[in-house]
Amino acid sequence: MTRISGALRSPLAFSVLAGLVIGALILLGTGADPVTAYEAVLTGALGGDGIGSTLTTATSVLGLALALAIPLRAGLINLGGDGQMVLGGITAAVTGLYSPLPAPLTVAAALLAGMAAGAGYAVLAALCENRLGVPLLVSSLLLSYPAVSLASYLARYPLKEPGSSLPQTRALPDGVALPAFGDSTVTLGLVLVALAAAAYWFTDRRTAVGYEIRMTGLNPRFSAYAGVERRGLTLKLMSVSGGLAGLVGAIGVLSFPYRFVDGSLTAPGYTWTGLTAALLAAAAPLGTVIAAFFFAVLQVGGLAMERTTEVPRELTQVLQAIVIVFLAARLRFPSRWFGRSAIRRKEKETV
Amino acid sequence: MFLDSDLLMSALRALTPILLAALGGALCERAGVFNIGLEGMMLMGCFTSVATSWFTGSPWLGVLAAALAAAAYSLILAVGAVTLRGDAVVLGIAMNLLAVGLTSFLLRTVFGVQGTFDDPSLAGLPLVGGFSPLAYLSWAAVAVAALLLSRHVWGLRLRGVGEAPDAAATLGVSPARYQYGVILLSGVLCGLAGAQLALGNVTLFTENMTAGRGWIAVVAVMLGRAAPLGVLLAALLFGLAEAAGFRLQGLGLPQQATDSAPYVVTLGALFLTTARRRRRPRTTGAVQ
Repeated sequence: MTRISGALRSPLAFSVLAGLVIGALILLGTGADPVTAYEAVLTGALGGDGIGSTLTTATSVLGLALALAIPLRAGLINLGGDGQMVLGGITAAVTGLYSPLPAPLTVAAALLAGMAAGAGYAVLAALCENRLGVPLLVSSLLLSYPAVSLASYLARYPLKEPGSSLPQTRALPDGVALPAFGDSTVTLGLVLVALAAAAYWFTDRRTAVGYEIRMTGLNPRFSAYAGVERRGLTLKLMSVSGGLAGLVGAIGVLSFPYRFVDGSLTAPGYTWTGLTAALLAAAAPLGTVIAAFFFAVLQVGGLAMERTTEVPRELTQVLQAIVIVFLAARLRFPSRWFGRSAIRRKEKETV
Repeated sequence: MFLDSDLLMSALRALTPILLAALGGALCERAGVFNIGLEGMMLMGCFTSVATSWFTGSPWLGVLAAALAAAAYSLILAVGAVTLRGDAVVLGIAMNLLAVGLTSFLLRTVFGVQGTFDDPSLAGLPLVGGFSPLAYLSWAAVAVAALLLSRHVWGLRLRGVGEAPDAAATLGVSPARYQYGVILLSGVLCGLAGAQLALGNVTLFTENMTAGRGWIAVVAVMLGRAAPLGVLLAALLFGLAEAAGFRLQGLGLPQQATDSAPYVVTLGALFLTTARRRRRPRTTGAVQ
C-alpha cells in the first residue's frame, strides 16, 4: 500500500493517472464507455493490425522526442522541430532525386543531407540567442514558419510531380528507399532512431559531456562557475537536436510513399507530441523512449477508438495535453528558458 | 501606389487580434508572470464565439462567451503558476496544445464536422466605419492600460509586484492577487482577440485557426517591452506585414512567401531591437 501511495505521489504517475481519469470523464460525457474506448486504443495500437502503424509513428515521435529532449536536458527548449524536420525532408528528397550516386549511397547521402539541413537551421536559432539575444524558444519557433513555407513552395512549384494534382515531389528512383521490415511500413529508420536513443542514454549516463549537460539543466549558475561554456553548449546541443529532427524528415521521405508530400510531416504534429514526451520524462533518455512510445500508442489507438466508439480521435491529443498540464503545475525547472537575461536577473536577486 | 491608405486600413484590421492578446501578455509580464498560453486562450475564444453565435444567433453573446471561456481557461495558468508555483513556460505550452486538441474535439462532437465550420447562418460582427467594434475597443484598451500603468495606483502596485514581489508583499500588496487578476484579464483580452479573429476578420472556425498569432503576440510583448504603446507599435508592424503580404500575393508572389512574411518581419524586428538593447547595461527580459 505504501508503495502504491508513494508512486501516486510522484508527479509523473499522478499526472498520467489524472489524464486518464479526466479522459474517462470526457468519454462518459460524450456517452461512450471509457473501458471500451481505452480497450480499443490498446488493441488498435498494439494488435496485429496496428502494431506496424504504431512502430512507424513511433519512429517519428521518438526521433523528435529525442531531438527536443537533448537540449531540454540542459534547460533549452527547441520549438522549431517542424521547420528543422521539414527542411531535412525536402533536402533528402532533392538529394534522392538528383544524386548521381548508386542507390545505396544515395540513401546514405540523403540521410546525411537531411541531418545537415536540420542541424544548420537549428544552429541558426542558437546563433540568434547567442549573438543577438533573442530567446531560443522564440527564435526557433519563428524560424520554423518560413522553413515550412519554403518546403511547401518547393513541393508545389519547382519540384512538383508533373501532371499530379497533389502537392508532392516526384517519387524517388527505384532502390532509393530505406529497407522495410517485411510488408510493413516500418523501415530501418526505426533502428536508426533507436540507435540515437542508445547513444543519448550512453552520453547522458557515462560521459563527461552528459554530466555537463545535466548539471547545466539542474543549475546553470553552478555549471557556468564550474567552467561550462554556455554559448558553445547551446550551439552543440542545437546542432544535434536539429540534426535529429532533420533525420526524422529524411526517414519520412525515404519511407512510404518515397517522396516529399507537402504537409505530411507536419500535419500529424510529431513536433508537439515529441516535445510533450520529452517534457513528461524530464528529458531522461529511457523515460523519453517510454513516453514517446506511449504517445505513439495513443495517436494510433485513437483512430481505432474512433472506429469502434465514434469518439473523435482528437481526444488522445487532449489526453496528452492534460497530462502535461498536471505535470507542469508540479514541475520546477530552473529559469534557463530565457538565457542570459534570466540568469542575470537571478544573480541580481541573490546578490 | 503600394503604401496607400488601403494598406494602412487592412493593416489596422489585421492587427486587432494580436493587439488584444499582446496587451494581456504585457500586463502579465508587468506583474512578473510570463504568459505564453496566449495562443491557446485565443483559440478557445475563437471556438466559443463561433459556437455561441451559432446557437444564439447573436455575435455579441459570442463575444461575451469567448471572453468568459478564455478567462476560465486562463485559470489553468493562474492556479498552476501562481498557487502551485509550477513552471509557467511548460504550462503555457501545454495550454496551447490542449486548446488545439480540445477545440478540434469539440468541433467534431458539437458540429460533427472536421477541419472547418462555415455556415451562412453564422452571424459575424458588424463593421462600424470599416472596423469591427472590437478594433475600437482594442485601441481604447491600449489607452486605458497605458494610463493605468503609468498614472494609477493599481498600475504602480502591479509593477511593484512584478519587479519586487517581496517588497510589495511587505507593503501589504498581495502579489498572488494581482497576478491572478492580470492572468484573468489576459484571458478576457485573448477571448476578445479570438472572437475578433473568428467573427470579425472572417466568419468561421477552422482547426488551429490562430496559426501562431498568439506567439506573434508573445513576441510583440517583448518588442514593445511590455508597454501598451510599444505593444501597439509592434502589433502595427505585424499588421503591416500581413497586409503587405496580401497585397504582394495579389501581385503574383506565391502564397508561401507571403504567409511567412509576418514571422520573418517580426523576427527581424526582434533582432534589431534586442541587439540595440543589449548594448545598454540594463537588461529587460521576460520575467519568470
